[in-house]
Amino acid sequence: MHFGAVRALDGVSLTIRPGECVGLIGHNGAGKSTAVNVINGGLTPTAGTVTYRTTGTGAASARAAGIRSVFQELSLCPNLTVEENLRIPQRDLTGPGWRRRARQRIADALDTVFPGHRLQPRMTVGDLTLAERQMVEIAIGFAEGAVPARLVILDEPTSSLDASIARQLLDHVRDFCNRGGAVIFISHMLGEVFDVATRIDVMKDGRITDSRPRNEFTQQGLIDAMGHVATAPAEARKETSAAERIGDEVLRTDEGLTARRGEIVGLSGLAGHGQAEALARFFLSRSKGRRHARHPEVVFVAGDRGRDGIMPLWSILRNATLTTLPALSRRGIVDREAEDRLGADWKKRIGIRTDNMNNPILSLSGGNQQKVLFARSLASTAPIVVMDDPMRGVDVGTKREAYEMIRAEAAKGRTFLWYSTETEEVCQCDRVFVFRNGRISAELTGDEIDEQHILAASFEMKEPAE
Amino acid sequence: MSSRFRILLPVLSLAVLLAAVFYMQPRAMSYFGLNLLFNLAVPIALATVAQMMIIMVNDIDLSTGTFVSFVACVTATFLNDAPLVGLLILAGAIAVYAALGALIEARQLPAIVVTLGMSFVWGGLAVLILPSPGGSAPGWIRALMTAKPPLVPMAIVASVLLAAVAHFVVMRTSTGAILRAVGGNARAVSRSGWSVIRLRAGAYALAGFFGVLSGITLVGLTTSADANIALRYTLLSIAGVILGGGEFTGGRVSPVGAVIGALTLALAGSFLSFMRLSPDWQIGAQGAILILVLAVRLVFARNGRRKEAQHG
Repeated sequence: MHFGAVRALDGVSLTIRPGECVGLIGHNGAGKSTAVNVINGGLTPTAGTVTYRTTGTGAASARAAGIRSVFQELSLCPNLTVEENLRIPQRDLTGPGWRRRARQRIADALDTVFPGHRLQPRMTVGDLTLAERQMVEIAIGFAEGAVPARLVILDEPTSSLDASIARQLLDHVRDFCNRGGAVIFISHMLGEVFDVATRIDVMKDGRITDSRPRNEFTQQGLIDAMGHVATAPAEARKETSAAERIGDEVLRTDEGLTARRGEIVGLSGLAGHGQAEALARFFLSRSKGRRHARHPEVVFVAGDRGRDGIMPLWSILRNATLTTLPALSRRGIVDREAEDRLGADWKKRIGIRTDNMNNPILSLSGGNQQKVLFARSLASTAPIVVMDDPMRGVDVGTKREAYEMIRAEAAKGRTFLWYSTETEEVCQCDRVFVFRNGRISAELTGDEIDEQHILAASFEMKEPAE
Repeated sequence: MSSRFRILLPVLSLAVLLAAVFYMQPRAMSYFGLNLLFNLAVPIALATVAQMMIIMVNDIDLSTGTFVSFVACVTATFLNDAPLVGLLILAGAIAVYAALGALIEARQLPAIVVTLGMSFVWGGLAVLILPSPGGSAPGWIRALMTAKPPLVPMAIVASVLLAAVAHFVVMRTSTGAILRAVGGNARAVSRSGWSVIRLRAGAYALAGFFGVLSGITLVGLTTSADANIALRYTLLSIAGVILGGGEFTGGRVSPVGAVIGALTLALAGSFLSFMRLSPDWQIGAQGAILILVLAVRLVFARNGRRKEAQHG
């Protein structure tokens, strides 16, 4: 399975039999979601096959085989009622009386999975809390239909459920498997996976690296199995300079994020656990007011270049000087010569590969576009630089150069807040905060910063509470 | 809970406006008076329902006004002189609407641009068909629109019927639920194996159908047509949908509300002429009423959110 040049799945072989509950675990980008989408027919594999009970391939035969998916990101329609949402996956709900049948099915499913729930099929989904919506989504996955559910794929199903509701779900999954159903259970709560799975498959770099019955694993063994084999030993680190480089504390946020002058602070953990939100909150709280335009305190390096980075129709130069325009202008008019000088200076300093800074930004490769975004921020005088996964889709060579640049800038007294989904990058930092469920679950410094510790803090270790 | 509030506000605005009209002109409180007040509301209400079908799938139709004008011209000429040809043209127009919906989804085009372009096409066609005002209404539609049912005037009967039909199609049928789902979360719909292209085409076809009805009924009232007869329907219909509790995004629409919103806007015109305001001011005053109602809705919504936050 490829996405462009990226190999997302590589020789994965997975068999699921009736009565089995497979726990699928792995770090960010290990290929879990891709594997699930291949199984439910949403993606067509570039090589290899998927075989269902029914003949044929693709999403339609996956549905006919009774494969249901409950996705991590919510896929309900908030403007419809609970019963109307059941209509979307269930094609046979048509004709007179469809509403009554839908109501019956969803009410039954909710009663079986979450006894004691207080949901009504006529409630509008938009009025429900996040947890209630997730309950509805799970109930739709298990609801009776024209084709009964045979394999239900649960992707982080408990991420917004509280402990007692999650317990009800786990009980139901076990019951469902005992009656001959099958479940793929993806969760970062290792306790839950141990509780419910009959077999645990560990994914890493697009492969299944380990697949054993649950009782042959220990929790620590699982963490070890997920980690990378130390392929690239963290290169000669900056230990020597760190002590003299780092100064006084320059920021402290409500959730406990702190950073000192000259420090490179990493934000880590599984993707989507509140790191980007924490950065955005901090950045917005420090970038208000008129003074900010001329003397910014914080600058932002975007990782999602298309969404909040580049101006796609502008030249390289215009993109690079965007943040510094106020400093480059006299009485509201941009000093073109100063702008050109600045552009030429940064082109040389970080090696933007172009012969003319007036070329359109889209003529550059992704890595070089990212360099322009770095230049945009670093050209300012701001003492704090916030980076939201800036190396996304950037080649290895450019990454090396960027690490050098960040370290050099830190040596000049700049503070970096660096969210990254890649452990290798996080290991470049002086201090790392690991996020879980929107909160900081661990603060690591010095030698503690390695994959083992980060993984351990990213995954919930304790048994789910009663 | 929020959906119940959603319908309360349009009902309330209509009631307040109606009470004001009756206070200023007690003689309007009769069969004849009501008919006069709401007569022109029927085509507006139909155009508003057409617009609602488009807003339901997160798009907007800037060609409603010229489309209704085009249909009016066809009705006053072809449908009157050669009914079969007329019907074929109107059916073709609905098919064009469906094709537009499919095109917008397939190529991921912004509906606002496509319908803006189409508004010139419809307008041009209307001028080609009827270069100068004229034509005449087919007898049956004239008879239908001027019918005098006992007790309740035709305009009210037609509005209630329209609200009931639109409510049934959009809110009660399983197809209506899927169409609204496209507005709510198109990704979830396509992930469940539905063809969003066909669904969007369906929503546009419904819009075309109600647009055609709007044009026909308009000619039934005016007895002749003109290429510019319904230009202001574009903005009136959008305003009617929003006034009736609909929202521009998220597939949150209310057919009953849309009809009430259209009646409110039509009534606002009559109210302002009772106040002896010159017609020049009427459009501005209608806008003021719209802003007022939306402001009230915003206050409601904010209070609702605050309450929710306290509970959560």
